[in-house]
Amino acid sequence: MTGALIELEDVTKSFTVARRVGRVRRRFEQVRAVDHVSFDIQQGTMVGYIGPNGAGKSTTIKMLTGILVPTSGRVRVSGLDPSRRRVELARRIGVVFGQRTQLWWDLPLRDSFDLLRSIYRVPLARHRENLSAFTELLDMGPFLHVAVRQLSLGQRMRGELTAALLHDPEILYLDEPTIGLDVVSKAQVREFLAALNRDRGTTVLLTTHDLSDIERLCRRILIIDLGHVIYDGDLPTILQRFGDERTLVVDLEEPALPIEVPGAVVDRVDGPRQWLRFRRSEVSASELVAMVAERARLVDLAIEETDIEDVVRRIYLTGRS
Amino acid sequence: MVEALAVYRRLIGAGVRSQFQFRTSFVLFSIGQFLITFVDFLAVLVVFSHVHQLAGWTVWQVVFIYGLSGIAFRLADVFVSEVEYLPDHVKGGTFDHFLIRPRGTLLQLCAEEFELRRFGTVLEGFIIFGIACSRVGVHWSAGRVAVTAYSALAGAAIFGSVWVIGAALNFWLLDAREVVNSFTYGGNFLTQYPLPIYGVVLRRVLAFVVPLAFVSFFPALYVLGKRDPFTSLGVIRFLSPLVAAGTLVVARLAWRAGVRHYRSTGT
Repeated sequence: MTGALIELEDVTKSFTVARRVGRVRRRFEQVRAVDHVSFDIQQGTMVGYIGPNGAGKSTTIKMLTGILVPTSGRVRVSGLDPSRRRVELARRIGVVFGQRTQLWWDLPLRDSFDLLRSIYRVPLARHRENLSAFTELLDMGPFLHVAVRQLSLGQRMRGELTAALLHDPEILYLDEPTIGLDVVSKAQVREFLAALNRDRGTTVLLTTHDLSDIERLCRRILIIDLGHVIYDGDLPTILQRFGDERTLVVDLEEPALPIEVPGAVVDRVDGPRQWLRFRRSEVSASELVAMVAERARLVDLAIEETDIEDVVRRIYLTGRS
Repeated sequence: MVEALAVYRRLIGAGVRSQFQFRTSFVLFSIGQFLITFVDFLAVLVVFSHVHQLAGWTVWQVVFIYGLSGIAFRLADVFVSEVEYLPDHVKGGTFDHFLIRPRGTLLQLCAEEFELRRFGTVLEGFIIFGIACSRVGVHWSAGRVAVTAYSALAGAAIFGSVWVIGAALNFWLLDAREVVNSFTYGGNFLTQYPLPIYGVVLRRVLAFVVPLAFVSFFPALYVLGKRDPFTSLGVIRFLSPLVAAGTLVVARLAWRAGVRHYRSTGT
C-alpha cells in the first residue's frame, strides 16, 4: 500500500443540539463538532492531536474508530471505511480512553486480559507472548492478581494500555492517557509508548492536554479548535513561535507602575501583583527575577508555563495581525 | 455463531465471578426475588378464595397459564432484560467500548449485565408450573408436551424481543425505561390471567400489536382443551413459534436502527 494508514478527506460531523427558547419551546441547531477536516497519518508515526476542550478531538477519534458515522467526507483507516466495517476494523485498532476503564472492575486484572483474548480471538501462544512482554515492560507482575477496582490510577493505566494492545493492533488511539497520573507513572507510560512505536512500529494518535507528553513523544502535532485544524506541523516550530513564552507573576511590597525590564512585557497589573510575559529563548527566569528585584521589593513570585489553550489563543492572535 | 456463544459464555462467567465477590448481597437479593415471586403467586390463590372460576377457568388452569408465562418471562429476564441498562451505558459513554470491540453490541450488553441471582425465580417458575401441570387434569400426550415446551421457549423469545425493542427506543428517547417496563413487567402480569377477563381493546392489543397472548393464552387453549371464546380459527393455538420468529426479526431491526442512530448522533 502506498497510501497513508489514516486518511481524512474533508470530513464533517454535525450534531443537532436542542436549545431552549422560552419556557417550553426548543429550537434545534446544527453544530459542527468537526468542520471540513483533512489530514493523513503515515504508518509508524506518532502524532499528537491537541486542542482545548470541546474542540472536536474526541469526535474525530470516534469517527476513526467507527463509533460515529461522519456527516460528510471520507474516512479511511487501514484501507477500511470505519463506520461500515466496524467489526473488521476493531481487530486492527486499540483504544484507550484515559477517563474510563474497559477492564472488568471487580475481577483480577489478569481475568480482563483473558476475556479480551476470547473477544478478539487471539491465539493462546501469541497472547502469552504478548502478555509476558507487556508485564515485564510495564512492571505489572505485582498486581496481575489484584482486582481492578483496587489498583492505583497508574497501575490501572498500565493495565488499560495492555488491554488495548494484546491483539497486536496496527494503530493505537489514546485519549488523555496521562491524565491524573503522577510524575513517575507519566514517565513510565511515555517510555512504554516510545518503545512500542520503535519496536513494533505501532502508529499512535494521542490526544492530550499535557504539552510535555507531546514534547517527549510526537514529532508531528495537529492542533484543532472549533472543529478546524489550525496547525499541522512539528512541535519545535510551534513551541518556538508560541510555546516558549512564560509568565512571571510577582507580588511587590506595594503597588507600583509596570516594571520595565528588557526581554519582558507587563501583561497585567492588579494592585501589588504584576504579570510579566517573557521568552525562554531571550531571557532566563533567574536573570529576569534578578532584574525585577533590582527595581522593586519582591514579596513572592511564581512562573506560569504556557498551556495548550494559550498556544491556541496565540495562533489566533498572530493569524489576525 | 458457535464462537459468539463461547464468548458470551465467558463474559457471563466473568459477570458471575464478579457477583460472587459480594456474597451476602447475592444471597439476600436472591431471597428477596424468591419472596416477591412467591407473594405474586399467592395473589392468584387469593383471587380464587373468593371465586371458583375466572371467565370459565379453574384455579389450576389459571395457575397453568400463570406458570407458563412465568417461565417464559423469567427466561427472558435472565438472558435479555439486561438491555434495560442501555441508558446507563449510553449516558456513561461505555456503549462506545462495545462499539470498539469486534463483537455484536447486543451480545456484549446482555453479557455485561448478566445477573445469576435471577435464576432462582426461573426455578420457582418451574416448580409452580410443575404443580399446575399435575393438577389441571389433562392427559399428557406427546402433542401437549411438545406444544407446552415450545410455547415456553417461544414465549421467552417474544418477551425478549419486547425488551430489546423497548431498549432500542432509548437510542432515540434517552430514557424510556418506565414506558418499556409497562410492556415487559406489565405484560408479564397481563399474561398471567386468561384473555377473556380483559376488555376488547386490551385483548386486541395483546393478540395483534404486542403479541403477548401467544405466550401462554393461545397455547393453553390447546393444552387444556378449552374452546376459544373469540375465534373458531383453531390454528392460532399453534402459531406461537411463528409469532416469536416475527418479533425476533422486528427486535433485530429495531436494535440495528437504534445503533445506527446512536452512531450518527453520538447521543
